[in-house]
Amino acid sequence: MAVVETSKPSEELKSNTKTTGQTNTITLRIARSNPSEGQESTFAEFQIPVQKWTTVLEAILYVKQNFDHSVAVRYSCRQASCGSCGMKINGKPALACYTKVSELNSNVITVEPMNNFPIIRDLAVDFKQLISNHKKMKPFIIREDSEVTPESKEFIQTPQDLEKFLQFSYCIKCGLCNSACPTMATDESFIGPQGLAQAYRYVADNRDKGKDERLKVIDDSHGIWRCHFAGSCSHVCPKGVDPAMAIQLLRGYLLGFRK
Amino acid sequence: MRESIIMKIHYGTALGAVALVAVHILMRMSQKFSDSLQYQNVIANYHFLPYALMLEVLLILLSVHGFNGLRVILLELKQGSTYEKMINYGSLAAMAVLIAYGSRTILMAGMGVS
Ligand code: HEM
Ligand code: SF4
Ligand code: FES
Repeated sequence: MAVVETSKPSEELKSNTKTTGQTNTITLRIARSNPSEGQESTFAEFQIPVQKWTTVLEAILYVKQNFDHSVAVRYSCRQASCGSCGMKINGKPALACYTKVSELNSNVITVEPMNNFPIIRDLAVDFKQLISNHKKMKPFIIREDSEVTPESKEFIQTPQDLEKFLQFSYCIKCGLCNSACPTMATDESFIGPQGLAQAYRYVADNRDKGKDERLKVIDDSHGIWRCHFAGSCSHVCPKGVDPAMAIQLLRGYLLGFRK
Repeated sequence: MRESIIMKIHYGTALGAVALVAVHILMRMSQKFSDSLQYQNVIANYHFLPYALMLEVLLILLSVHGFNGLRVILLELKQGSTYEKMINYGSLAAMAVLIAYGSRTILMAGMGVS
């Protein structure tokens, strides 16, 4: 891997940021590649002024604004809601918009595309399989009747009923769990922690009647049994979802411990 | 076969093996370890029908568990329908061959052929 370019912020840019707080300069290393053009991964290095609240995403956008607009990165909400900006930051999968440079305790920040996803270009990866596996989990309430017709009432749910699946409904489909999963690294057909956690989210919802359908989908040779309890999915999830637990709870149904 | 049934067998054979290996170790401890490897003592084990049967069951449990475990590893290593079919049938065949070979040993020793 070669360093392809090094850029330094101009004095003017530095002084702009000085008025709002103490500015440090860090080195941002961005992995750049373009597999469709056969271009292998190299690192581009940039000197970036940062303050204590600067996020990794802001540092990358600083590069796009000031040095190289062609860096490919996916982002939208900038507030850990849309699930677009997952990447490897100093080796660990995290949301760039939800990771402050200051919390990394390093003057060198390396950003790379997430593992276990095909790379489109630079930091942008292909979500096709994640979305397709998510859809296979039937991520909606399955039942005959509806609560939205004029003559129907809403389905009643107690706070305890809600508690059973609430944390799993916080998933933003960022894919960090899948990128951290060691099974996903070699088994490209594995459903993955994201999909399995969503299967549990709906199975555990007492308004839902689709449990058997979903259990059938996950009880496959590349389904739930290919989890080996590494737990790295739950470790990296930025939304407090615990996919590893969802997988164990789902296994309870399949092994007959839970009804 | 549904994967959950295969994995129930996998966990079941593991638990069964823990129990039988415990019996196996306790039997070894009924005499000095070096004595347990004496020719007559080894042959005596096979002539004692309940123990020979237990060894046979242990052989089946561990062949099934071990080769199914290997099947799982290989399925996670590489994907593709022909490959996966080969792995599935290959591990069944390997279980059968190992069980047949082990049973042959248990039977021959039990009948005093060797
Ligand atoms: C008697 C004690 C044993 C117990 C309690 C046991 C238990 C287990 C369990 C629970 C798994 C599933 C792990 C997972 O899904 O991540 C497993 C997998 C496996 N076992 Fe065993 N096992 C035992 C002995 C053996 C023996 C003697 C062999 C070799 C012949 C063996 C070979 C394997 C293999 C190859 C795997 C697949 C690897 C994996 O899934 O991580 N096991 N075992
Ligand atoms: S479970 Fe967490 S890490 Fe996985 S996709 Fe959902 S929000 Fe991201
Ligand atoms: S930009 Fe939306 S989650 Fe980071």
